[in-house]
Amino acid sequence: MSDHPATQSLLFGRLTLDALPLHEPILVATFAVVALGGIALLALLTRYRLWGYLWTEWFTSVDHKRIGIMYMVLGLVMLLRGFADAIMMRLQQAMAFGGSEGYLNAHHYDQIFTAHGVIMIFFVAMPLVTGLMNYVVPLQIGARDVSFPFLNNFSFWMTAGGAAVVMMSLFVGEFARTGWLAYPPLSGIAYSPDPGVDYYIWALQVAGVGTLLSGVNLVCTIVKMRAPGMAMMKMPIFTWTALCTNVLIVAAFPVLTAVLALLSLDRYLGTNFFTNDFGGNPMMYVNLIWIWGHPEVYILILPAFGIFSEVASTFSGKRLFGYSSMVYATVVITILSYLVWLHHFFTMGSGASVNSFFGITTMIISIPTGAKIFNWLFTMYRGRIRFELPMMWTVAFMLIFVIGGMTGVLLAVPPADFVLHNSLFLVAHFHNVIIGGVLFGLFAGLNYWFPKAFGFRLDPFWGKMSFWFWVLGFFFAFMPLYVLGLMGVTRRLRVFDDPSLQIWFVIAGFGAVLILLGIVAMLVQIFVSIRRREALRDPTGDPWDGRTLEWATASPPPAYNFAFTPVVHDGDAWWDMKRRGYQRPTEGFRPIHMPRNTGAGVVLAGLSTVLAVALVWYIWWLAALCFAGLIATAIIHSFNYHRDFHIPVDEVVAAEDARTRLLAARS
Amino acid sequence: MDTTVATIDRTVFHLEEEHGHAEGGSTMLGFWIYLMSDCLIFAVLFATYGVLGGNYAAGPAPKDLFELPLVALNTAMLLFSSITYGFAMLAMQEGRRAATQAWLAVTGLFGLAFLGIELYEFAHLIHIGATPQRSAFLSSFFTLVGTHGLHVTFGIVWLVTLMVQVARHGLIPANRRRLMCLSMFWHFLDVIWIGVFTFVYLMGMLR
Amino acid sequence: MRRLRTLALLPLLALLGACNFVVMAPSGDVAAQQRDLIIVSTVLMLLIIIPVMVLTVFFAWRYRQSNKAARYDPDWHHSTQLELVIWAAPLLIIIALGAITWTGTHLLDPYRPIGRVAAGRPLPEEVRPLDVNVVALDWKWLFIYPEYGIATVNELAAPVDRPIHFRITSSAVMNSFYIPALAGQIYAMPGMETRLNAVINHAGDYEGFSANYSGAGFSGMRFTFRGLNAAGFEAWVDRARATDAMLDRPAYLALARPSQNEPARRWGRIDPDLYGAILNMCAEPGRMCMNEMMAIDARGGLGRAGIHAVLPALDAAGARVGAVFGPGPGFVPSICSVEEAAAAAIAARSRTSLAPAPTTAPVRGAGLPRPSFTPAAPATTWLGGSRRPSDS
Repeated sequence: MSDHPATQSLLFGRLTLDALPLHEPILVATFAVVALGGIALLALLTRYRLWGYLWTEWFTSVDHKRIGIMYMVLGLVMLLRGFADAIMMRLQQAMAFGGSEGYLNAHHYDQIFTAHGVIMIFFVAMPLVTGLMNYVVPLQIGARDVSFPFLNNFSFWMTAGGAAVVMMSLFVGEFARTGWLAYPPLSGIAYSPDPGVDYYIWALQVAGVGTLLSGVNLVCTIVKMRAPGMAMMKMPIFTWTALCTNVLIVAAFPVLTAVLALLSLDRYLGTNFFTNDFGGNPMMYVNLIWIWGHPEVYILILPAFGIFSEVASTFSGKRLFGYSSMVYATVVITILSYLVWLHHFFTMGSGASVNSFFGITTMIISIPTGAKIFNWLFTMYRGRIRFELPMMWTVAFMLIFVIGGMTGVLLAVPPADFVLHNSLFLVAHFHNVIIGGVLFGLFAGLNYWFPKAFGFRLDPFWGKMSFWFWVLGFFFAFMPLYVLGLMGVTRRLRVFDDPSLQIWFVIAGFGAVLILLGIVAMLVQIFVSIRRREALRDPTGDPWDGRTLEWATASPPPAYNFAFTPVVHDGDAWWDMKRRGYQRPTEGFRPIHMPRNTGAGVVLAGLSTVLAVALVWYIWWLAALCFAGLIATAIIHSFNYHRDFHIPVDEVVAAEDARTRLLAARS
Repeated sequence: MDTTVATIDRTVFHLEEEHGHAEGGSTMLGFWIYLMSDCLIFAVLFATYGVLGGNYAAGPAPKDLFELPLVALNTAMLLFSSITYGFAMLAMQEGRRAATQAWLAVTGLFGLAFLGIELYEFAHLIHIGATPQRSAFLSSFFTLVGTHGLHVTFGIVWLVTLMVQVARHGLIPANRRRLMCLSMFWHFLDVIWIGVFTFVYLMGMLR
Repeated sequence: MRRLRTLALLPLLALLGACNFVVMAPSGDVAAQQRDLIIVSTVLMLLIIIPVMVLTVFFAWRYRQSNKAARYDPDWHHSTQLELVIWAAPLLIIIALGAITWTGTHLLDPYRPIGRVAAGRPLPEEVRPLDVNVVALDWKWLFIYPEYGIATVNELAAPVDRPIHFRITSSAVMNSFYIPALAGQIYAMPGMETRLNAVINHAGDYEGFSANYSGAGFSGMRFTFRGLNAAGFEAWVDRARATDAMLDRPAYLALARPSQNEPARRWGRIDPDLYGAILNMCAEPGRMCMNEMMAIDARGGLGRAGIHAVLPALDAAGARVGAVFGPGPGFVPSICSVEEAAAAAIAARSRTSLAPAPTTAPVRGAGLPRPSFTPAAPATTWLGGSRRPSDS
């Protein structure tokens, strides 16, 4: 063993009482709030005897719709945490001028910007994107569930487990102080001996398994489970983007898994992959992590593009312009996203030819992206645009995203990148595309499909409040960062000398407050909508005059999605059905074959999470126990051959008759 | 799918019959996709070895450490295990349960032999001081070969599990599907090993 | 709402005028050319961005649901000509931008020697570039002037209109060397060397800093870059020379310990081999230099005999903590001089007993015969600008 300075006990590893931040008033207060809230929640659940319901109907559910909703809830909860980090950073940077140290020391501030990036990408954007795909894709392709329903449940709990590990680092020990990609040598054991980087590694490894498996699952689902008649070129565009995204997940996440595994070997075994000595090479880490990292960007944005396509077409009351060029553009982006990773480190000293190659491939991506923008534009052309919330988000996206796209291409010019790299200009750019692109897309999707999932619309007034606060907040928060970047201000700084910069940080902080109001308005929107659900109810299942198959069934859809498997004749299948006088079948139902719920996913993911924590704190006996438990549970689960059942025909008839009555009462 | 559509009436909007996606119909595809993602993990490890494989840190190089006869024996074990797994699959196709089990057992033994030889090699290297920490070359060597070895270990655990399941339930479709998956896994490891043997051992000796 | 937004932007525009846009108004020719490239690319892209934004607003307005006058064509979804245009327009712009990128990247390659002092002013033949060796330390910048035999911390000076040739490395973690007024940034990485060529055209004090997060003291890792006229630069060098302090290896090792917000410091004399030793990570006594190690590795390593040629790391080294299952931090001892290595081995053994101590003399680094290879070339050729395979 090494001369590790931290004392280690057999029972608790390096976990001691010192790991609890009892001397940090902010954290103690946060913990108190979280703990009180948590206890209140648990008490309410117990009071209303909801544990059994949650366990049987939700936690162990293999229904893609329920899992999708759980992903969305996870993403929204983590958004609050990630945003708390953001507003703390904005406050620090607005304060720390003229000799002031602000209110955060380096130890905290460095954790906060690392956690902000990690949480927003892995535990906000990813769960929200995965959640929407999970919910919508099987409905859009006329399937009853995904290919591997149990795996789907397991994937969700792994993602949630990773999120739990990150959250735990807030109150026990600390998070990484390395930036969200944890470049070595800084993230190596020599320069970061604390458990922060280990929290980072294991949180991402646990969540990464979930993401990878859900990618495999959805690729299979889309390839294998489409309704009869739905050829590839008749798939809804969101399904296409989901397919490309999941192909990217399957092809990119193993790289992340491998590179983090190598980093953990360096940290735990003392190997020399990314160390300074013994022939290690930190530049390899930077290359490998971006070979995952760049496709990751497209993993997030492609589904958002899909949502905008669906929304633009639906709310313009018009077929999507240039469907096939949209599909080709998506596929081209998918492929090209693997050929551009080096643009994240032009400044590493690669030769001019290498740099220009990667710069030009990056620019080429803007061609299909530009074509997509034009396609949405000409979808609106000669349409009848209804400015409901999803459409508002879409138009805002089109205006904001092109700015982010332009600054992105600018950063792809290597000599320009030399002056803008790692600056606040870069920070503004990627927030411009991730907020203006991914997040706005997710909000459009949330407002668009919420009535499908719950049977009532989201309240438009509070939705509009949220929309305007977000859009204005975005401009106030990030346009100053573009300006600061051009003034040569770099990212991740904690204190500043030049007093003339302060006003810009204050404006950016004001923008963050506006965004906070946007988030609050969104929570109010959800709350108000639940209160007013009867007024907002949509009995038809098709509140927006939709075009794709998910609108053909009830809202919320029954567990089996479709009583009869639909047959598809047209790209806009449901639009085609409505136009050609489709009559909903009201008799002849049959029992429906469905997968059975199982708790194995919860158990496996729970064990993985505890394993991760044990590894972070060097509690070897617990790690060994969890590992053995994982293997045993997996084997025991494989002995379960009864994984499905039939929904009896009476239940199907009852559900479908109820819908018939509802539709009749309406007309 | 398309051929069926052509015959479908344009006015038919749903199937009257329960549209059974055969249970496990996507399993093979899904497992294949998983294998490809696993393949990427190995690709990263190969690339790492390619970059760091020459960084001996003034320590030993492959030619100082590897014993080709031992590795050749090791390779033979794994290749034989693939062949015997093939026999197991043939027996399964013919529905001969006992023969399937026997060939699976032989496969498992070959796999254990492979692991034993590999562990011996590792123990020997560590004993003489050529540990994974000694140089970046050794780090990447141990990680690449060790990851493959871990996969074989899991393969053997899986194989034993499947043998118990076949013993209990016979060659039912679910078990056949699982045997097919393990078959893909096992041959995949074989292919990876051929890469390891070529790029790490043979080319290491030539270097 | 929209009108409100424009109103809110007006005071911001006023603010913009009062700011120091150093990236947009630099004082060095390289940065100025990079600025020009930013402007040209932006204008090129605006050619398509502005029409798109205008069309978005126009279509959104014109085809709103309440405007029954607008044509509604729910089945119109394809037009080959239009699709050609929407693919061709971005394509043309990217072709133009790609051409600019290719030439610009090669012309502004930081490794390329400076060819002109400024636009329209070619470099006089007799002018030799000023060599500055840059080391990023935790958390300050060390500048070594080999030509003048001086060194400074957190203060850099250069004569106006004379090209500067930086060789950049780091002692511990990654940083990025960036003076926005002078030229674009380039990473500083331990055990590797990157280069930057630049020239400053206007006298003045400018800010320089690390642009890559490197740990707790990152915010304070700033220095002043002084552009001086020839006489001023001579005076500056003389002032530094007047400092009696000598920057040798012990002084460097003391300096390399992590510290924050360091004030500027000067050394009048330097160990001429120091930079090479830092670059090759052998500033500490007894460590094998990386160029030497790479030469040995290129010849196939030191065989089994070299296995145990590892010593536990000394205290003051950058290495602090070992991995929990590893042997603890260590290093490969230099084999340049047997006495040195033996002394290091004895010293190391007395400091710690945790690492496996070498047992017999022949397999110890100290006892090895020096391998037969040609004398190590200067460090920089081995690390040739850090263009290792993984770069491309």
